[in-house]
Amino acid sequence: MHPVLKTVLQRLGLGVLTLFAVSIIIFSSLQMLPGGYAQNILGQGATPETVKNFNHELGLDRPAYVRYVEWIGNAVQGDFGNSYSGTTGTIKRSVSAIIAPRLYNTFFLAAMAAVVAVPLSLLLGVLAALYRNSWYDRIVNSITLTTIAMPEFFIAYLLMFFFAVKHRWFYSLSTVSESTSFWEHVNRATLPALTMTLVIIAHMMRMTRASIINLLASPYIEMAQLKGVSKSQVILRHALPNAWAPIATVIAFNLAYLVVGVVVVEVVYVYPGIGQMMVDAVSSRDMPVVQACALIFAATYILLNLLADIVSITTNPRLLHPK
Amino acid sequence: MASDIKRVKGDVLLEIKNLVIDGKSDDEWKPIIRGIDLTLKRGEVLGLIGESGAGKSTLGLAGMGYARPGCRITSGTINFDGIDLVAASEETRRGLWGSRIAYVAQSAAASFNPAHHIIDQTIETAVGHNIMTREKAEADARDLYKRLQLPNPDTIGLRFPHQVSGGQLQRAMTAMAMSCRPDLIIFDEPTTALDVTTQVEVLAAMRNIVEQFNTAAIYITHDLAVVAQMAHRIMVLRYGNLVEEAPTREMLKQPTQEYTKSLWAVRKLQKPETTSDDIILNIDGVDATYGGGTSKVLDNVTVKIPRGTTVAVVGESGSGKSTLARAITGLLPPSKGTISFNGKALPAALANRDRDTLRRIQMIYQSADTALNPRQTVRDIIGRPLEFYLGLKGAANDRRVVQLLENIELNESYIDRYPGEMSGGQKQRISIARALAAEPELIICDEVTSALDQIVQEEILQLLMKLQKETNVTYLFITHDIATVRAISDEIVVMHRGKVVQQGLKSKVLNPPYPAYTELLLSSVPQMDPDWLTGLLAKRSAKV
Ligand SMILES: Nc1ncnc2c1ncn2[C@@H]1O[C@H](COP(=O)(O)OP(=O)(O)O)[C@@H](O)[C@H]1O
Ligand SMILES: [Mg+2]
Repeated sequence: MHPVLKTVLQRLGLGVLTLFAVSIIIFSSLQMLPGGYAQNILGQGATPETVKNFNHELGLDRPAYVRYVEWIGNAVQGDFGNSYSGTTGTIKRSVSAIIAPRLYNTFFLAAMAAVVAVPLSLLLGVLAALYRNSWYDRIVNSITLTTIAMPEFFIAYLLMFFFAVKHRWFYSLSTVSESTSFWEHVNRATLPALTMTLVIIAHMMRMTRASIINLLASPYIEMAQLKGVSKSQVILRHALPNAWAPIATVIAFNLAYLVVGVVVVEVVYVYPGIGQMMVDAVSSRDMPVVQACALIFAATYILLNLLADIVSITTNPRLLHPK
Repeated sequence: MASDIKRVKGDVLLEIKNLVIDGKSDDEWKPIIRGIDLTLKRGEVLGLIGESGAGKSTLGLAGMGYARPGCRITSGTINFDGIDLVAASEETRRGLWGSRIAYVAQSAAASFNPAHHIIDQTIETAVGHNIMTREKAEADARDLYKRLQLPNPDTIGLRFPHQVSGGQLQRAMTAMAMSCRPDLIIFDEPTTALDVTTQVEVLAAMRNIVEQFNTAAIYITHDLAVVAQMAHRIMVLRYGNLVEEAPTREMLKQPTQEYTKSLWAVRKLQKPETTSDDIILNIDGVDATYGGGTSKVLDNVTVKIPRGTTVAVVGESGSGKSTLARAITGLLPPSKGTISFNGKALPAALANRDRDTLRRIQMIYQSADTALNPRQTVRDIIGRPLEFYLGLKGAANDRRVVQLLENIELNESYIDRYPGEMSGGQKQRISIARALAAEPELIICDEVTSALDQIVQEEILQLLMKLQKETNVTYLFITHDIATVRAISDEIVVMHRGKVVQQGLKSKVLNPPYPAYTELLLSSVPQMDPDWLTGLLAKRSAKV
């Protein structure tokens, strides 16, 4: 087997193992949350008796490991169980059915932000490395420092104020539903996507710049200059191909943020994504939903890091082309 | 190209006048090159020689009109074939680089971009400056590879830099420099990182190709014997000044300056040979492997070390010299065989050795920079083993540190210095004192002089010999440098690919009859005689 394929498979196996470990941590730490769905729904006045019956109905009186095995066993098959809310009523609502539209919205928003942010930050980073210490570099540097320093809700309100209130170009509230058309969805999600773009672009751009500049002291860069290679080619052909590993890592980190860290932006724009839903589920102690969300977040994070690893491996000629 | 028409041997190609270059250190500009004149004619090879830091690279690069970041050309003129390189625009200079003036760097492994095929880098300038079409440039590169005697010249360019050996890569870099048939090539210590046996081929290939195309060259090195083979004329540099300049043969026959004479001082050092029947260390049939037995690095190694003598272990890089040291010190327990010390078997692993055994075997490393903790003062560095092995504390410890400093010819004032405040030679002396502090019977010296300049090397070797006389300590001296071996050893062990080729007294190993590998190794060591390389090549080709 090619060593790269072997390494990739190893990482993949490791990722699956990590996910299992994380699922145990998620499950057990949620057990430690004070209160429960029953207390929450029945209120302060509920007698211990009714709480007990309620828990029995949800199957919560069984030992934790039994419930874990049942949960993870089903989850592996794509079944995350039923939401507690509704269990007592006539229609059971499956977690997957609740999460799916929300997850779609979140990925939609993340993709919108990523499509703009990743190429733009690479471009800005490469240009900043090429014209390092010029006025361009300084301006980009101070702008990105500013956006890093500003809290995201502040950016969100600022954008809302200019683009929705003052100029009415975009919606200030991003309510979408399953009947919203694709372009309408794009339109409504523009401001939240822009907010997130501004938040992550600075980080990625600075890392791109730093990774490239870091390489400029290498002897092979001096050699390229002394071969008469132009400045832009020195950066693009000689530095960039060796800088992918750290850049990929920071991109993966930021893409993960787009999925798992967007709750503030969702709240500000009232965008029906998964973050807001998870917060609601936690406060109502709707454990199947919380667990499923947490597991999805963990999987996203692990998967993106895996991709970054694969990029690092496949851009390393020593691994890709062994002796 | 216009230059084709007037490629006449003998015209002045490069003329540097009164050049001053400053370098920035600690936020202050200090002169690195202090007013040097240099003239180079077409087709001429000029050797630049001096210790590290003398300014050779800075001057060589100035010949391209290039100053490294942190350096600046303060005054003087650099005239290349009618073009004033100091006043020229960056565009003009970039147009010359690679096409009319090319550079060959010291470490080919570091100077090739790891991400691209060798041939793409070879032809980058030729294609990028529209001198040749891609097809033509590739064909030409293959031709150059052949002329430089690279194996598989038609396909070697399709490999990545890490897939070929150091010597091959160095030749590929020469091909890269040659690809536009420049008027001038700057060779900056191109063989310093290579083994002697590889160096011969690379030197021959470079000299040959420069002659074929009548290219002028500046050949930079710290090795006088190497420059003697390559250059028509030699300039000796020190502290950014020109010490002396003369045609090669003249310079070798009668150097006028003391400093020039001292450059080959090590080669004059000769320790009278002694031996002893008292064997302090007996290595018997030792095998060692890395990576859980996948690659055998030591193969049935048997070596006897007589007390109070210096046994030199020589061989190319990768021959297993340092692994042998690791096996002795217990860092890498042998997979087979025994090592006995003072007649008793040594426990294989470091963890199983008692403190007194540890004390008796000490080690000194090549790089004092990595071996010494930069945050400790000399007092702590030398005091630590005094306390650990001998239980010396407080004033008694200090007194002993000062005594040891005297032994290594440094005065008391060094006791509070940090490694960063000392020169390379001084730091290596501190490493020696730290080893001596344990009052060992055997010291393993692993390439301890390799990173040092010739003059400092000689001082360190003198010191080691003096200490041996005073304390009767035994040295196992690992080196790849035959001149050092000649200077310091009583016995020599020749290693090749993990095996001992030969062990014997210096007088025996260094004189015929030789086993084949010893002969290859010894004959590859450059001699001061400017005809040495030519003679050697003739002899070797006659044999084939
Ligand atoms: N980029 C640089 N910036 C500042 N000082 C430098 C730089 N490069 C070299 N120097 C200093 O210039 C001197 C000469 O260096 P160099 O030309 O590399 O010597 P050599 O090639 O003879 O070893 C040294 O003292 C070194 O510290
Ligand atoms: Mg140098």
